[in-house]
Amino acid sequence: MSLCVDLLSACVFLQGAGQDVGRSCILVSIGGKNIMLDCGMHMGYNDDRRFPDFSYVTQNGRLTDFLDCVIISHFHLDHCGALPYMSEMVGYDGPIYMTHPTKAICPILLEDFRKITVDKKGETNFFTSQMIKDCMKKVVPLNLHQTVQVDDELEIKAYYAGHVLGAAMVYIKVGSESVVYTGDYNMTPDRHLGAAWIDKCRPDILISESTYATTIRDSKRCRERDFLKKVHESIERGGKVLIPVFALGRAQELCILLETFWERMNLKAPIYFSTGMTEKANHYYKLFITWTNQKIRKTFVQRNMFEFKHIKAFDRSYADNPGPMVVFATPGMLHAGQSLQIFKKWAGNEKNMVIMPGYCVQGTIGHKILNGQRKLEMEGRATLDVKLQVEYMSFSAHADAKGIMQLIRMAEPRNMLLVHGEAAKMEFLKGKIEQEFSIDCYMPANGETVTVKTNPSVPVDMSVNLLKREMALGGPLPDPKKPRSMHGTLIMKESSLKLVSSEQALKELGLNEHQLRFTCRVPLQDPHSDSETLHRIYTHLKSLLKGYTIQHLPDGTVMVESIVIKVSSSAEDANAKILLLSWSYQDEDLGSFLSSVLKKGLPKM
Amino acid sequence: MAAHLKKRVYEEFSKVVQIPHEEAPAKKLRLSKPSKSAALHVDLCKATNSTDALQYLLQFARKPVEAESVEGVIRILLEHYYKENDNSVRLKIASLLGLLSKTRGFSPDCIFDDAINTLSNENSHQVLAQLLGTLLVIGTQLPESPAVRLRLTEVACKHLSDTHFGVRNKCLQLLGGLGVADAPLLKDGEGSSSSSGAVREVQTIISDYFADQDPRVRTAALKAMLQLHERGMKIHQIIYEQACRLLSDDYEQVRSAAVQMVWVLSQLYPESIVPIPSSNEEIRLVDDAFGKISHMVSDGSWTVRVQAAKTLGSMLQVSPHFLEQTLDKKLMSDLRRKRTAHERAKELFASGEFSSGRKWADDAPKEKLDTNTVSLIASGACGAFVHGLEDEMFEVRIAAVEALCQLACSSPSFAEKCLDFLVDMFNDEIEEVRLQSIHVLREISTHITLREDQLDTVLAVLEDSSRDIREALHELLCYTNVSTKECIQLALLELLKNLNKYPTDRNSVWKCLKFLGSRHPTLVLPLVPELLSTHPYFDTPEPDMDDPAYIAVLVLVFNAAKSCPTMPALFSDHTFRHYAYLRDSLSHLVPPLRLPGRKQVYSLDSVDSDAGSGSVESAQLFLQQSLHRVSTIQNLETPGGQDLLDFTIRDLQRLGELQTELAGAADFCATYLRCQLLLMKALQEKLWNTAVPLCLKQNVTATAAAQQIVEETYKLEFLYSGLENRQVATIHHVRLQAKALQLILTARTRQGLDPLVSSEKFLQEVESFQRQFLPELPHLQDSFAEKLLELMPRLSSCKPVELVKILQATLRQSGVPQLRLPERIHRATATIIEPTGESDNPLRFTTGLVLALDIDATLEHVQNPQNTVKVQVLYPDGQSHVIHPKPADFRNPGPDRHRLITQVYLSHSAWTEPSQIEVRLLLAYSSASSSPSKSMTGWSDSFDGPPPPEPAVEGTIPFSKAVKVYIMPKPARR
Repeated sequence: MSLCVDLLSACVFLQGAGQDVGRSCILVSIGGKNIMLDCGMHMGYNDDRRFPDFSYVTQNGRLTDFLDCVIISHFHLDHCGALPYMSEMVGYDGPIYMTHPTKAICPILLEDFRKITVDKKGETNFFTSQMIKDCMKKVVPLNLHQTVQVDDELEIKAYYAGHVLGAAMVYIKVGSESVVYTGDYNMTPDRHLGAAWIDKCRPDILISESTYATTIRDSKRCRERDFLKKVHESIERGGKVLIPVFALGRAQELCILLETFWERMNLKAPIYFSTGMTEKANHYYKLFITWTNQKIRKTFVQRNMFEFKHIKAFDRSYADNPGPMVVFATPGMLHAGQSLQIFKKWAGNEKNMVIMPGYCVQGTIGHKILNGQRKLEMEGRATLDVKLQVEYMSFSAHADAKGIMQLIRMAEPRNMLLVHGEAAKMEFLKGKIEQEFSIDCYMPANGETVTVKTNPSVPVDMSVNLLKREMALGGPLPDPKKPRSMHGTLIMKESSLKLVSSEQALKELGLNEHQLRFTCRVPLQDPHSDSETLHRIYTHLKSLLKGYTIQHLPDGTVMVESIVIKVSSSAEDANAKILLLSWSYQDEDLGSFLSSVLKKGLPKM
Repeated sequence: MAAHLKKRVYEEFSKVVQIPHEEAPAKKLRLSKPSKSAALHVDLCKATNSTDALQYLLQFARKPVEAESVEGVIRILLEHYYKENDNSVRLKIASLLGLLSKTRGFSPDCIFDDAINTLSNENSHQVLAQLLGTLLVIGTQLPESPAVRLRLTEVACKHLSDTHFGVRNKCLQLLGGLGVADAPLLKDGEGSSSSSGAVREVQTIISDYFADQDPRVRTAALKAMLQLHERGMKIHQIIYEQACRLLSDDYEQVRSAAVQMVWVLSQLYPESIVPIPSSNEEIRLVDDAFGKISHMVSDGSWTVRVQAAKTLGSMLQVSPHFLEQTLDKKLMSDLRRKRTAHERAKELFASGEFSSGRKWADDAPKEKLDTNTVSLIASGACGAFVHGLEDEMFEVRIAAVEALCQLACSSPSFAEKCLDFLVDMFNDEIEEVRLQSIHVLREISTHITLREDQLDTVLAVLEDSSRDIREALHELLCYTNVSTKECIQLALLELLKNLNKYPTDRNSVWKCLKFLGSRHPTLVLPLVPELLSTHPYFDTPEPDMDDPAYIAVLVLVFNAAKSCPTMPALFSDHTFRHYAYLRDSLSHLVPPLRLPGRKQVYSLDSVDSDAGSGSVESAQLFLQQSLHRVSTIQNLETPGGQDLLDFTIRDLQRLGELQTELAGAADFCATYLRCQLLLMKALQEKLWNTAVPLCLKQNVTATAAAQQIVEETYKLEFLYSGLENRQVATIHHVRLQAKALQLILTARTRQGLDPLVSSEKFLQEVESFQRQFLPELPHLQDSFAEKLLELMPRLSSCKPVELVKILQATLRQSGVPQLRLPERIHRATATIIEPTGESDNPLRFTTGLVLALDIDATLEHVQNPQNTVKVQVLYPDGQSHVIHPKPADFRNPGPDRHRLITQVYLSHSAWTEPSQIEVRLLLAYSSASSSPSKSMTGWSDSFDGPPPPEPAVEGTIPFSKAVKVYIMPKPARR
């Protein structure tokens, strides 16, 4: 039986994030519902390519009609950057779901992003502040582990994902089909966030990021210890430490790390944080304590860890102050802004140190100095001697290969889909997943659709009459553990399924009933007269079929239930009898059984 | 009328509870039986609806019932049970049955059959479950009887097929708690086959429910199996496979119980062989279980993770190969093998280079990995501890650290491997975890030698602002072995830095250096010129003797010099002078040295040091001899006895000072003998048994002596640890003598209490003495107590006057029971380190506000200091406060050693000028805590229970020197 294919499969269509780290945008259709997961932008492009191509999705229809909801996993721009563009410029009025912290922090980042593109780069045709506000009005906040009914059939539930404050994994369920989308997640807890966790929800598809598909990382303790030791040593020497960071996420973790270290070690050197949007964001970090890790949650009553004692706002003039200090400055790759200015000032002294806590794109100063370049050419043909120490520390909050496997073990999905990673790396992980869990694993490219067959249970209304009749047919009371077969007619009308008796179905559809009868001739050698043969058949069947009503009717027929058996002898040979069997379609089983029995002949007297 | 009746019934009842300590309880107790059950009966009959009945039952449940009337009450309850239609009332009755059958002194065998009968026509599942629970209680109360057990097992099996999970749960509990397989059955059954059949049956029955659809039942089944194990039944190995399957259950409580089950089986059958699925290989069961439990360390639920991590620690039989896998984590980056930071550090160390990765891509991946060999899902034990130590919840991390400790203690090679991980834990965000890992490292430090880079990390923690962490680390350094002289230098440098930053750590740092020096004399030797800044040609300035840092260096050097005779040659003149000074002032830190120019010192010291164990033995011998000498004193009137006692006490005191190992024992004996001496003196003169008015003065001294003896006996009993029952009996005996003396004295003066009452009290004490020390009585031959007990029948009937006379005679004639010393005996001591009492600056504070005074003290040989140690503050006006420190203020840095760091809040009205208050530590005691009679009072917890028969004597013993603190409460400014 083949029902509607849409019903039986969950489709995943990738707008972005397929075999690529950059903009994330995934369309899932599941049980007839279309859901957009994340709506990110690509940081590398400055033209149309930076946003997903929404016209491709709708085929010129309205987005609101096509999508049932949009879910944003966390506030990074590659996951939410295209949101105002989609909702305000393309036009989408449906619900947008995100967690409370994401909803709070996301507009700050969008506004910052807008400022840079419009005010600094002078682009036109870009979304405005008002659009960001309007877009945020469409957002419905989610709580952790809260099941939200989007409509009658579609429900979503958020799980903790680590990664950044408010990052969530979402569980989407329609009927008995379900999909889990992880967004970005982290399986090892860090200084301010806990580890991702999901229950054994056994989704049909698990869509997981795979940024570190081929990496197994060392324990974070070593990294932290190294980091602290380096900072500490430098401070003791009287040097200045510059840590270029991006405003949100890792910066907070490093702040907490240094703050607690300062506290523990009773250090006095000042720590500065270059201001800007950080303060606003920090405010939200203070607020959303429930989203942080165990230590912060437990101690916030005495003292909120984000109320930094040692970390103060940075002022441009502080950079020339004598004595040791630590400065966090944006941006993270030393390509512009405050971090670069400070770097230029401090580069000449070998007592100083710069610590790069993350990845640097090629071409930036960060990348150059990490590769050991000691002479930098600045604008205006000036050169800069880099004498300060350059350190590199990786503080990335994505799950590594082991973490991904751990999550799969926790959720036990039936199919696996890898996104947000490089193709070659995903290939390796895919092989591993298939080998370890023996489940199908997909890694679609951008613009590709993956269709996964699911095996949903389809609930069907059953008419009471039919149910009663089946009950009356006997047998033990229905056992919920054991399936049971029954006869009936399935009617699909509009979107409802009904199981009714055939009579009722005929009546409802206004059709006439047609009888279908099978007849069969069985040659039989029997020396007796017709009536005697018939009687012998009667007794034979009577002895054979216990529990069936067998009648010998006076008009020369034997009725077994509703099967008619007649005997006629051929004209030439009185011994060669022909048995006529006739049964209706419903009695096919019994009829064919009888014919096979009679073909074997009657027992000898 | 009914109200009146009820009132009467209650009156009787409330009297009954009070009665047992009045004089003739027998008659009224008989009354109690009808009254108690009658009240209940009346109530239950009166109840018109089920709510009322429930109310009555609830009220009834709040009052205790005596053992005698329990049966009647139960009958009435059962009667009502059959009549009742409401489930909740029946439920309550069922639970009451269980509660009542727990009554002390009541044996529930008479209601056993009735209880089983109730099961047969019960329809409600809840009530059924409760009834089964009641049966469990009854069954555990009953003495071991195979018939009963068998019966209960049958009942449980019958109801196991119930559809309600609660009933199945209780059945499984019943099977687990009482299922037959005990020794009596094995004896009774003719063939062992039948009984072992029953055993197997119970286990298979329970294991059938491992696959139940309800997770609660699955948990109950596992728990029942565990209980069978606890009761000593041998669990079959077949269960193992089933239990392993449950490790991947959907529900955490099932998984948690399964972890326990697997662990139990791994301990039972460590060496049996199990196949590895999907391959032909076979491994030991304990290894397999270890692998499986390791896997649970990355479970989704943190309670299971804690359980698993804890369990791992106790699986000591696991093969080293598997054990080492738990710390294994292959790193890779872009499919290329990467070395862990630990490995890099090790290599750097090996290559002799000190600085570590100052380059980017220092950790750049090296060789390319074959994709097939990389195993991502750690099969088996791989990386279990790596995960556990990085867990989100600190509970899991602590459990993992503890497990590491246990495993490392049993396997030195593993200890070596887990070192890096433990050192990493010093950086944990939660102090408890940091502290725990430092403690653990200390415990395993006998197995390991720290590398320089590891030491570096360890030492970095010395700057921690938490005092606990620093002191734990000092403690750790005391036990640490290091490998090179650079390490020593590094450690010294960091310790001096620490000293500079936190001057309060002085003592701790010095102690640490003492051990560091004495452990590594050869490593210190090449450093000496540098440490003492001596120069071959030039004289260097003499360092300041009061500089704590200089003292620290000297402590290190002198302790190293003790076992390194060539070292003193490197000392300069002033070093020798400083040595003499420090040897006097800090004798506990500076060992005696054989210095060339110091003959006298050498010879004097040799007495202490060289004699060694020999002197301890001789001292022990001396102690025994003195005691033996004393034992020649026949009775308290032996002539010359007093002098002998005097001398012996003096000898013992001196012995205690000389020989610290025997200080406790010598002190104990001396105190005991002093008691005897006092008693002797009090009885000696014939003066006091002449007429009263003539010898009032003598009487006063005797009374004082008696009082002092009583106090001393409390000291003897509670201040010394390691006492055996025999010594306690001897102490009590002395106390009894003192009490007898008191009685005689009061009888003579005819003052105060009625002699009848006090003599009664005395007789009670004698009785309780007899009860308590019955097994010790043979040792007390010819003693006061023995004679007294012989005369007991006469005493209890005679008049007080007569009693006093008898006592007087017995007291004077009875001998001194010989004191036998136990193996180890220690006196509880306390030293207040802070406040030092040397400060001349008064602590000023405003009247009406409080002053927080920091107290830091070390306690030795104090058991359970959380409950017993108190701080007393004595103000100049005689006012005294006793303060209870919080339990968290006590640290336990070593065996038999405690550290009290607390704050005491002081307040007083204004003074005109500063004055001194005294602070001391008290040891609180209560005789009730030592006497076993306490547990006899069954319902004593309830509000109207009788008070314990003998009122507990509570008091405090000061056991530290008082420290004076100068304070000045200023009047508040307006």
